[in-house]
Amino acid sequence: MQEGGKRRRLTRGEMLVIAAPYAWIALFFLAPFALIVKISLSRPAQARPPYEPVFDGAGLAGFFEKLSQLGLDAYRGLAEDSLYLDSYLSSLSIAGVATLVCLLIAYPFALAIARAPRRLRPVLIGFAVAPFWTSFLIRVYAWITLLKDEGIINHALMALGLIDAPLPMFATSGAVVVGIVYSYLPFMLLPLYAAIEGQDASLREAAADLGATPFQVFLHVTLPLSRRGIIAGALLVFIPSVGEFVIPDLLGGSDTLMIGRTLWNDFFANRDWPAASAAAVALLALLLIPILLYERAQLREGER
Amino acid sequence: MTDAPLLSIKGASKRFGAIAALEDVSLEVGAGEFFALLGPSGCGKTTLMRLVAGFETLDAGRIEIGGADMSGAPPHRRPVNLMFQSYALFPHLSVFENIAFGLRRQGKGRAEIAARVAELLQIVRLEGVETRRPDLLSGGQRQRVALARALAPGPRLLLLDEPLGALDRQLREETQFQIKEIQRRLKTSFVVVTHDQDEALVMADRIAVMRAGRIEQIGAPTEVYERPATRFVAGFIGQMNFLEGHIENGAFVGPFGRLPVEGGGLSQGAKAVLAVRPERIAIAPATQENAGLDGVVEDVAFRGETTHFRLRLSGGGTLRVSRGANSGAPFCVGDAARISIAPEAGRIFASE
Repeated sequence: MQEGGKRRRLTRGEMLVIAAPYAWIALFFLAPFALIVKISLSRPAQARPPYEPVFDGAGLAGFFEKLSQLGLDAYRGLAEDSLYLDSYLSSLSIAGVATLVCLLIAYPFALAIARAPRRLRPVLIGFAVAPFWTSFLIRVYAWITLLKDEGIINHALMALGLIDAPLPMFATSGAVVVGIVYSYLPFMLLPLYAAIEGQDASLREAAADLGATPFQVFLHVTLPLSRRGIIAGALLVFIPSVGEFVIPDLLGGSDTLMIGRTLWNDFFANRDWPAASAAAVALLALLLIPILLYERAQLREGER
Repeated sequence: MTDAPLLSIKGASKRFGAIAALEDVSLEVGAGEFFALLGPSGCGKTTLMRLVAGFETLDAGRIEIGGADMSGAPPHRRPVNLMFQSYALFPHLSVFENIAFGLRRQGKGRAEIAARVAELLQIVRLEGVETRRPDLLSGGQRQRVALARALAPGPRLLLLDEPLGALDRQLREETQFQIKEIQRRLKTSFVVVTHDQDEALVMADRIAVMRAGRIEQIGAPTEVYERPATRFVAGFIGQMNFLEGHIENGAFVGPFGRLPVEGGGLSQGAKAVLAVRPERIAIAPATQENAGLDGVVEDVAFRGETTHFRLRLSGGGTLRVSRGANSGAPFCVGDAARISIAPEAGRIFASE
């Protein structure tokens, strides 16, 4: 904006720069998502692709006829089969617990790193994200050897005589939570660290000066001022956790329901693409709503 | 000062690595006194204040507040509050909650807190902004909130770190008098840290002038201004002329001529510096039958209540001279003039 509130005309170069991210989103998010929505409105079929109607090769008249064949059957299926609702609820609760555990583990770490001598901080952050240099899959696999009945933890506990029989840890929801916490911890740690490290040290001094004990300083200054880091970290852990497939598939039991696995089964075992697509669209809606609410709250805070 | 001092600092020393921030500093601040720590940046005044608040620990020496040794006492257990230069207002709390912060830590009840906050807002003349967040306040309003917050717990000693530093000039002058008035009303001891000599002269009962971790002089504003103890103090506070020369038979002699002075204990022939304030120099037309040094007016600046002259002495060197408006003969640039300095008007320091 320029003086007088008149909007300046953008140059061609500026328009290109602004258009680039929109083009990216349109091409790699909106277009595939439109396809998924379209499949979710189709019916399953014993064919290739395994749904109908298929629009390819239909003329203009055929297009409208096929359009009328689209319907909400798959969504009805979602509502009628309790498997989906159970999967959603179970995903949300596993992701919620994992997010909370992540927060409880990451906060002291972030605090310790932020309070470390300045030149040590990048090194400590480096250590915290170092596991990311190895494959995600291998790291999750490694947990199997730790958690299974004849794994290292059970062996050690039995050798110490603390337990007689192996603890059933592997193939449980708890193992999935452990896997998620381990895998996503840096996503919680980094925003928390940024939020704590960026705080003005004189605010803590002011609180202490006004009679706050070190714990009160934390409770009334450090913690509330890191709120944005907590929210950002929680979203970064929670959202991908809800749709997580690899971790529940490797560490979860046959009774560990998560929507990612249910989707996988629909796509590849049942070949019911419309049902899987409908579940995916519903999941996106489920995750988008809290994010939009958060964004709105942020905006409103900015305006105050 | 009366009775026992409220704040007593004895032989305080503090090093940061290789840098000596404070070296053997001792001073006392009385109850109800307005004290100023004045000095250029890096002189150790902020370090001294942070030591009193408890944010740093002494390497040597002792700090007592109300007779109690403060060594080892954390900031939250000291009967001292600090008003930060940056104000350090809590951005996530309203003005009310900012001021109430110290009261809540004292475990005061709701009604008492509300009454106290209202009282403080009235003292600092800032009402009707209780619910606002600090980032929506003007600089002057933030300054008042910071002052009210630091006063809220009822400290025996209030430390103010460059309290006017972030204000624009006009607001600064106004606020100086307000702070002084509040101090007089509450009878709390104030220690203000400042690099601005005007601030110190206007507000403080006594001033400690600091330089490179040491105290150069402690005294009332008039004392520090009229009788600076060192050449540094003479140059740091107010306008000052310095003339280089030496002592000869009870007079100060240099290329400019000869001036009778009070010798300052310097021996015959010693190299010396004469410090004299512009307003202590009399200026008159050279035609008269009067003793003094001759020179030529190089510049005339009219400043309302005073007129300032820059004078080139015929013997070498320049002097700044000021006098009240409409007093004496008018001078123009290029006029010859004769100046005279009374023996008691100048201060003699040994050359460094």
